[in-house]
Amino acid sequence: MSSPIIEVRDLCKDFVLHTQGGVRIPVFNGLSLAVGAGECVGLHGPSGTGKSTLLRSLYANYKPDTGSVLVRHGDRLVDMATAEPRDVLAVRKHTLGYVSQFLRVIPRVPALDVVAEPLKLLGTSEAEAREKAGGLLARLRIPERLWHLAPATFSGGEQQRVNIARGFVVDYPALLLDEPTASLDAANRDTVVALIQEAKARGCAVVGIFHDADVRTRVCDRLFEIEGYRHAA
Amino acid sequence: MRPSDDTLAGYNFAYLDEQTKRMIRRAILKAVAIPGYQVPFAGREMPLPYGWGTGGIQVTASIIGPDDTLKVIDQGADDTTNAVSIRRFFATVADVATTEKTTEATVIQTRHRIPEKPLTEDQILVYQVPIPEPLRWMEARETETRKMHALEDYGVMHVKLYEDIAHLGRIATSYDYPVKVNGRYVMAPSPIPKFDNPKMDRMPALQLFGAGREKRIYAVPPYTRVDSLDFEDHPFEVQTWDHACALCGSTESYLDEVVIDDQGGRMYVCSDTDFCGDRQAAQAQEAAE
Amino acid sequence: MPFDQNTATPGDERPLLRVAGLARHYGDRIGCTDVSFDLWPGEVLGIVGESGSGKTTLLNTLSARLDPTAGRIEYQTRDGEVVDVYGLSEPRRRMLVRTEWGIVHQNPRDGLRMAVSAGANIGERLMALGARHYGGIRDQAIDWMGRVEIKEERVDDLPRTFSGGMQQRLQIARNLVTGPRLMFMDEPTGGLDVSVQARLLDLLRTLVGEMGLSVILVTHDLAVARLLAHRLMVMKDGRVVEHGLTDQVLDDPHHPYTQLLVSSVLQV
Repeated sequence: MSSPIIEVRDLCKDFVLHTQGGVRIPVFNGLSLAVGAGECVGLHGPSGTGKSTLLRSLYANYKPDTGSVLVRHGDRLVDMATAEPRDVLAVRKHTLGYVSQFLRVIPRVPALDVVAEPLKLLGTSEAEAREKAGGLLARLRIPERLWHLAPATFSGGEQQRVNIARGFVVDYPALLLDEPTASLDAANRDTVVALIQEAKARGCAVVGIFHDADVRTRVCDRLFEIEGYRHAA
Repeated sequence: MRPSDDTLAGYNFAYLDEQTKRMIRRAILKAVAIPGYQVPFAGREMPLPYGWGTGGIQVTASIIGPDDTLKVIDQGADDTTNAVSIRRFFATVADVATTEKTTEATVIQTRHRIPEKPLTEDQILVYQVPIPEPLRWMEARETETRKMHALEDYGVMHVKLYEDIAHLGRIATSYDYPVKVNGRYVMAPSPIPKFDNPKMDRMPALQLFGAGREKRIYAVPPYTRVDSLDFEDHPFEVQTWDHACALCGSTESYLDEVVIDDQGGRMYVCSDTDFCGDRQAAQAQEAAE
Repeated sequence: MPFDQNTATPGDERPLLRVAGLARHYGDRIGCTDVSFDLWPGEVLGIVGESGSGKTTLLNTLSARLDPTAGRIEYQTRDGEVVDVYGLSEPRRRMLVRTEWGIVHQNPRDGLRMAVSAGANIGERLMALGARHYGGIRDQAIDWMGRVEIKEERVDDLPRTFSGGMQQRLQIARNLVTGPRLMFMDEPTGGLDVSVQARLLDLLRTLVGEMGLSVILVTHDLAVARLLAHRLMVMKDGRVVEHGLTDQVLDDPHHPYTQLLVSSVLQV
């Protein structure tokens, strides 16, 4: 395998809850993982074992206590665990996409612009960004009459599809997916699988949590068992 | 401390004591050195109320000498109450010659006008000023207006003119029209009509301004540039009249509208009584010849 | 993929604002103390904390309105010169504030001239910088009213006839008309109805993005902070207790006070 796109080294994460008497909740310890171009790794393990926490740590949404998360950003490696906020934001803007479980709605912004925004931030023209956003919304079966409405009033499944479209609108070199197919019907699930396969085909490194066994087998090249890294309690 | 037999017993020449005059002269010198800048001075109580020219009187009292000839005008006229009483005051306390003739005067104290006849290098024009601060309309804090002057932060002056144009289609300010002196300080010319503003520009006479209530003195030295603020597309203009003076026929002087009967009849006459009188006398002489 | 020179490229770029060891004391009492950070071009920094935490003191000290007791603020001007903000002479500091900075107050009455028209409010900065063409000034004022979604026909109306949300938008236009590079905002959406707030936030987000503005934003509203700020500083008792990426601070707070703050937000 050529040099990895994402490389996790000896990562450790605890939560300390100061509002509850300072109780320490260990999540994982000494975790290492490498993901190469075009590879999809599924995080695996029972719920509560820290799959989402790991995914969020890769995105620097959570701050690990020790260890590093190296992401190949252009021609250099950025450690998401220690990088300055502006560097993290640059990695997120250009290199690392993330599809969360829920869409964070921005007041008044229509669905089409929600999806097109990451592309526009990269300097793509308004028209081009909207065209690509529209294409994705269409593939994910969001009726065109909804495109110009703010997604606040959309159903859960519609919001999730808007969220997926937003995550796939930029051809990121790496993607993090947190249960992208959770509330989707079979047809849309197939579309998401196709989107992931297309991303892999162009060399995108993917790390995801997939509860659906069928989706998992169709997209994952290997599974990463997280349970082995739990703290020895 | 020149004792005079002719003046009122028990009073110093020109009413103010010499220490006060010296203090005011220092303020005047500073004002002349920094054209348009308001110099604070320790204003004295004068035997007339604020608003009646206490600032102008203190300036006049500090510069007048026994050889001077004083003219006092109020709204251009020599014969109105304010002018008459100030003229009498100086005749009493300083024993100076007084005149109603602009050309004969060496010191002219004025309220709200500049004489129509051009002044000369040998004359001093003393303005009575009610509100010396041109920025006051926009900014109430004295600490802030002083800073704005110091830093030449004059954007608000144009805000006021902008408002005039926005609401009235033209700059409606018609008196106390703000000017910039020597390209530096924005100055209130006192409530003279803007008709008189151009006369201030490069005037050969020294112009002194005294504000009694606010205790400020400022000055425009002879031949100093005085520009009225304006916009490129709304340049400064002076008033014009459709009438000539009903008494002397002048079409170039500032006219007052006078109601002459109970039926609403009115006429327009020169506000500068000396100017108007001179023209009438000349016309009478011409007619007689 | 085009690489943005603005971000993540170590090189010749300098921070717009560089704050080191800044403190403001009121006698023995601490307003804010030991504040250090860099602000980069295009970055929005949120300062959060409860009332009395020193947010506003810090904002006033940063924006050259309150002399610091200690510390230093360096600013890189449009011309590339790095200046010590409190080392500048007052005329230069005022000029800097007028041409390169903007301040949006929580209460529009503090940031607007209530007795002059909307057009003159927007035009004032232009006139202060020497604009002397009435028609040109007015055209720019009208253009900016459009950009902040105020109808052109209100150009001659006094701000006191405007709603709270309109006044706040007018205040923003008044600041942005001269194309500043750094904006200071103190609770810009405070005291507004939720729907009005959403519109204002959307507007701010768009303008900040379009103009590439750097912003220092004080708010006690974590939702506003999440929407607008790239980075957050959490203040308590005049000190910065946590500082980092906005979503990281809000989703994985480490300091006990930040955890309390985040857990105290009511869920809708």
